[in-house]
Amino acid sequence: MSNATLETATVDDHSDQESSEHGPSTGISNTKLAMWLFLGSECLLFGGLISTYLLYKTRRGPDNLPIPTDVFDIPFTSVSSFVLLMSSLTMVLALAAITRGDNFGFRIWLLTTSLLGGVFIGGQVYEFTAFLREDVGFTNNPASSAFFTLTGFHGVHVSLGIVMLMSLFVASWQGKLRPQHAETVEIAGLYWHFVDIVWIFIFTVIYLIPA
Amino acid sequence: MTATNTTSTDTATHSTEQADNHENAAAHEHKHPSDWAYIKIALILAAITAVEVFTYFETVYNWGQLLVPSLLLMMVVKFWLVATWFMHLKFDNSIFAKMFVGGLLLAVAVYVATLTAFEFWV
Repeated sequence: MSNATLETATVDDHSDQESSEHGPSTGISNTKLAMWLFLGSECLLFGGLISTYLLYKTRRGPDNLPIPTDVFDIPFTSVSSFVLLMSSLTMVLALAAITRGDNFGFRIWLLTTSLLGGVFIGGQVYEFTAFLREDVGFTNNPASSAFFTLTGFHGVHVSLGIVMLMSLFVASWQGKLRPQHAETVEIAGLYWHFVDIVWIFIFTVIYLIPA
Repeated sequence: MTATNTTSTDTATHSTEQADNHENAAAHEHKHPSDWAYIKIALILAAITAVEVFTYFETVYNWGQLLVPSLLLMMVVKFWLVATWFMHLKFDNSIFAKMFVGGLLLAVAVYVATLTAFEFWV
């Protein structure tokens, strides 16, 4: 091999090594930045759904059927909201645990977060079935359609969050998730907290502020 | 020869700056609060939620004209606490906050305009 070829090969090796050892020149994680951008765009999605509900919330339709505000069970929804709020605490405790290398604590907090998310979804399913019993169906009137679309979309987000958390749990169980992967947990956590933040907004604007 | 020396000095300076940036970013990003601090924030969130639910029971106390502004204020405080403490916006690089707040402000502007166009506030 000539000297020039050897030199080029060494330079290439060095660049490869450098790019794998160091992050981007900004010092900011690309994946975390991408998640924040995604969450910023999610604000537009939920903003659209919330605005639609606000515009249609009193539209009973030609058959004058009941609308969601007629059958809201605020004490029940308050408990669901509290459960989701506390799941944000357990999520951040899971992140703190994996950051300090406490795998057992991480799994416990992660499992608790998933469980609290599951309780919230269970509550939403109960609320939807209670609404159906009260003749508030998805296609009954514009108010119901907007309500079910908004809260249903949020429920799907929570469900996807639970899938993410359980995937992290399995990866940790298999020994694939170590303290150096804390950022992966942090990114899943950002998504989870965002879902909680959206519910904080929905709970106040949709449920608590009178029609 | 001089040119080569200058180039290598520049590269070394750039690498040092880059390393400093990484160290600063890493130190900044890992300066997270203790578990107890998170628990205190959760207790504040729980207390605010309790007050929010309390507003629903008009027989206990009638908030009158203050009801909607109070609920909106409590919502904003809860939102801010979760975003800054649990999502670490308070401790992380400010570019993350800019990305999120940018999206949020855009959404608020677009939908306030939409609601206004549909005479929602009338």
